Amino acid sequence: MIRALLALIARDLRLAGRVGGSGALSLVFFLMIVALVPFALGPDLNLLSRIGPAILWLAAVLATLIGLDRLFQADEEDGSLDLMTAAPVPLELVVLAKVAAHWLTTGLPLALAAPLFGLLVALDGTAMGATALTLLAGTPALSFIGAVGAALTASIRRGGLILAVLVLPLMIPTLIFGVSAAQAASGGTVPFLVPLAVLAALTLIAAVVGTLAAAAALRWPE
Amino acid sequence: MRLSVDNLACRRSGRRIFANLSFALGPGDALAVTGRNGAGKSSLLAILSGRLRPDSGRITVGDVGEASLTECLHVVGHRDGLKGSLTAGENLLFAQRLLGAPRLDPRAALERLGLGHAHDLPVAYLSAGQRRRVALARLLVCARPLWLLDEPTAALDTASQAVLAELMEGHRAGGGLVIAATHQSLGLAGAAELRIETAAAAPVADVLEEWA
Repeated sequence: MIRALLALIARDLRLAGRVGGSGALSLVFFLMIVALVPFALGPDLNLLSRIGPAILWLAAVLATLIGLDRLFQADEEDGSLDLMTAAPVPLELVVLAKVAAHWLTTGLPLALAAPLFGLLVALDGTAMGATALTLLAGTPALSFIGAVGAALTASIRRGGLILAVLVLPLMIPTLIFGVSAAQAASGGTVPFLVPLAVLAALTLIAAVVGTLAAAAALRWPE
Repeated sequence: MRLSVDNLACRRSGRRIFANLSFALGPGDALAVTGRNGAGKSSLLAILSGRLRPDSGRITVGDVGEASLTECLHVVGHRDGLKGSLTAGENLLFAQRLLGAPRLDPRAALERLGLGHAHDLPVAYLSAGQRRRVALARLLVCARPLWLLDEPTAALDTASQAVLAELMEGHRAGGGLVIAATHQSLGLAGAAELRIETAAAAPVADVLEEWA
């Protein structure tokens, strides 16, 4: 069973790395948004560093959406999903493995790159570390919530728009607590740990509910 | 393994596809599912493979211990389940790890189907017939008692059709089951034929007869 799940994760990581894969897609999109904001706002360093965490989080949410519609659709189209149905593991665990691979190729690189991209929006050291930490804790929730939408739109051509409309409202709580935790680290009335704990709780809830809901949506497409 | 299907009915998007479909298969049996285009051959295979919910009816399996039906079967259909950017070997290795019960290693399975040279080629570079043969090689990398084949000879040349017939013979000799939806004779000796009539055309009758 573990072997089957590891095989799934390894395959998805390998596919993301191949030509036409989604490997660097969201990271590059993330960089584009973050790099453009200083040009749009002008050289006001105080303003930039104040809204920096919010920009990084907003970019992370949008970057997660890029390529999300292909998460299950690619497997549905070429029949790989039939293969996974025949595997001796429950579909829930298949979803878990696929979302884990998705996070490893989108959420984790974003969190790791956040300190570097923080330089572009004039974050200081504490804010950089805090934003990276909140992204590390919060991006799994984005992947899991997104997986539900991806599973629901798996058999719809050009389902990307419906997917965004479906999952963006559900991602708002994660966005709110992610940004408030990141801002709490560099001053404010709320202690850093409170919103971070809520963020971690949101990730855990999304992991359970998202996995079950996505598997249910995939199991009976009609 | 034994498989018996009782009064199966299928409805898709509210439209009745077929009803009152019954058959039973024991070790070594084969079933050729025939019928006109759109009669529901692929829908029957989709129901058996667990991708479609039957409208009514019952499917029972026996002699397989704790395993469920989906864990006992291989599906080779129109959608081949191969990733174009992975090599044929990688695709088969993934299937072997995912499905378990390993039998031949991917290279040996590909050589059995005359595709040994394609082991390290991305599947996207292969022709339709070659892709189909890679998908058929999946039957050999994992041991599973029931083979569900949807038009298995589509895009295959005559030599490969002969190899496929041989593989099915060998599988049945080892007690395996084959259910194939097809328009042409597959060389399945002594296979039963299940003809699916379209529900609209006539009262649905299932005909089980010797099919040579």
